[in-house]
Amino acid sequence: MPDQLIYAIEVFFNGLMAGVLYALVALGFVLIYKASGIFNYAQGVMALFAAMTLVGVMEGQVPFAHLINAVLGTKVHHFGWHLPALVGIITTVLVMVVLAWLVQRIIFKHLVGQEPIILFMATIGLAYFMEGLGDMMWGSEIKKLDVGLPQGINLWIDETTYNIFDYGFFIDNLDIVATVIAIILVGGLVIFAQYTKEGRAMRAVADDHQAALSVGVSLNFIWIMVWSVAGFVALVAGIMWGTKSGVQFSLSLIALKALPVLMLGGFTSIPGAIVGGLIIGVGEKLFEFLVGPLIGGATENWFAYVLALLLLVFRPQGLFGEKIIERV
Amino acid sequence: MSNTDGYVTEDGRTIGGVVMEMKNITLRFGGVTAIKDITFDIREGEIRAIIGPNGAGKSSMLNVVSGFYVPQEGEVFFRGEKRPPLKPFEVARQGIARTFQNIALFEGMSVLDNVMTGRLTQMKAGIVSQSIWRGKAEKEEVENREICERVIDFLEIQSIRKTPVSRLPYGLKKRVELARALASEPKLLLLDEPMAGMNVEEKEDMSRFILDVNDEFGTTIALIEHDMGVVMDLSDRVVVMDYGKKIGDGTPSEVRNNQAVIDAYLGVSHD
Repeated sequence: MPDQLIYAIEVFFNGLMAGVLYALVALGFVLIYKASGIFNYAQGVMALFAAMTLVGVMEGQVPFAHLINAVLGTKVHHFGWHLPALVGIITTVLVMVVLAWLVQRIIFKHLVGQEPIILFMATIGLAYFMEGLGDMMWGSEIKKLDVGLPQGINLWIDETTYNIFDYGFFIDNLDIVATVIAIILVGGLVIFAQYTKEGRAMRAVADDHQAALSVGVSLNFIWIMVWSVAGFVALVAGIMWGTKSGVQFSLSLIALKALPVLMLGGFTSIPGAIVGGLIIGVGEKLFEFLVGPLIGGATENWFAYVLALLLLVFRPQGLFGEKIIERV
Repeated sequence: MSNTDGYVTEDGRTIGGVVMEMKNITLRFGGVTAIKDITFDIREGEIRAIIGPNGAGKSSMLNVVSGFYVPQEGEVFFRGEKRPPLKPFEVARQGIARTFQNIALFEGMSVLDNVMTGRLTQMKAGIVSQSIWRGKAEKEEVENREICERVIDFLEIQSIRKTPVSRLPYGLKKRVELARALASEPKLLLLDEPMAGMNVEEKEDMSRFILDVNDEFGTTIALIEHDMGVVMDLSDRVVVMDYGKKIGDGTPSEVRNNQAVIDAYLGVSHD
């Protein structure tokens, strides 16, 4: 087998796994947009906030430590405990649920029926607020996140591929674990949406608010539920990306990468977000591998966006979205 | 006819006591008064028609009953108890189901899925039971599906139950909406112009379904309708509205001979 092809296969698999992580972030957007018509600009910041909270809880950080110290003249920084990852995760999930309830109660309850652009602007405000809140609560220095996920090159794959192709594939354990977790999460979400009573109610709310009200569905409850699930998805994405490159501000920028994924997969399709993520992930890495050397490299920065741009021109509803037909 | 006693109609149906009472309802939208001090009641098991020219406030009245509008003045009594201002979904959970004038179906779902959403208020299994599936959740789902299939058979829409509703013609959409409302086994059914846009044959079908629902399940029905023939044939009692006020209330024959109603709405024949 020619060398280039072997390298390409390795790049392909790495692309798939990168794509899975993109899909995970995009999923958070799809959930909220599907159920409430809101494009949640704050989704990336939610991932960052969730990861920061997780680290803070596990490391026993005192929330708002800098503020408390500045005001009271104390020097507290840590409670002194180290909690296991599972406790940290459960606590963070509870925090995200409370956050969902607060966001619904304080912001979106009052904006029911407003134009989409106003709802979108509210999420921009929310994003900046949460960023500042996260900084104040947990501090803005880069933090290491370790929930016990395996890291480093997968030696089994390295050896096996070396035996077959004479070249060891460099595939990170973390990526493999992330892929498996993402698949389980996505599968769970699809089953939830299709086969549970709450999922039915969510699809009803996503379709027609008035009709949903007339069959006894509480809009508020469904919105809180959806934001909580999106918060959980954000936490998972935050854990994956945070373990990879540390918990820092740039984590929130992965949300930007989700935009091309949403363009491809449509804003309201869960399977679309997955397929879109995979296509972007693979496309990015393969394009960089094949075309990058010819044009000076660094194509990963812009490839996804150019692809999204082309898609917007020729097929605005994405690959899976509903075609926008106006019945006159 | 006294307020709380029931009676038996000529064709043998039993009409019970008052189940819903609207007292001195006034509804304003800014400077416009849509409903002016209207009082009427609905008896259990009857078919009550609300009629009147366009803009009389009929849909607004139905929206007040179903919780979509909150009146500035007046009181609502449901089953003898004063009802505080409720959100529409809370009204639905009390057993009041409705259809909409302009059809509010879940366009992304099939007919069966739409009718199943009608059962949402009756689905009790929690998320944990549903995750386990076997046992409580499965039993409930089977029961709900059975009820929905019965409603679908009753309204003769079996052949389209897997069709996405967005593809259905208008008349069938109206029937699906009726099915969804029936699936929740309501105590009071509110129909907002169920015959709108239908031809004679479709109207006959819809009338037959409405009569059958009332006959077989004893469901109390309040409907807004413009077709006078339908109203006179179907209803036990009629409320007539005009410019937000009540100008007639009684049996179809009483209303037909009411001068105020004739002047406002029915018109006078000229020889």
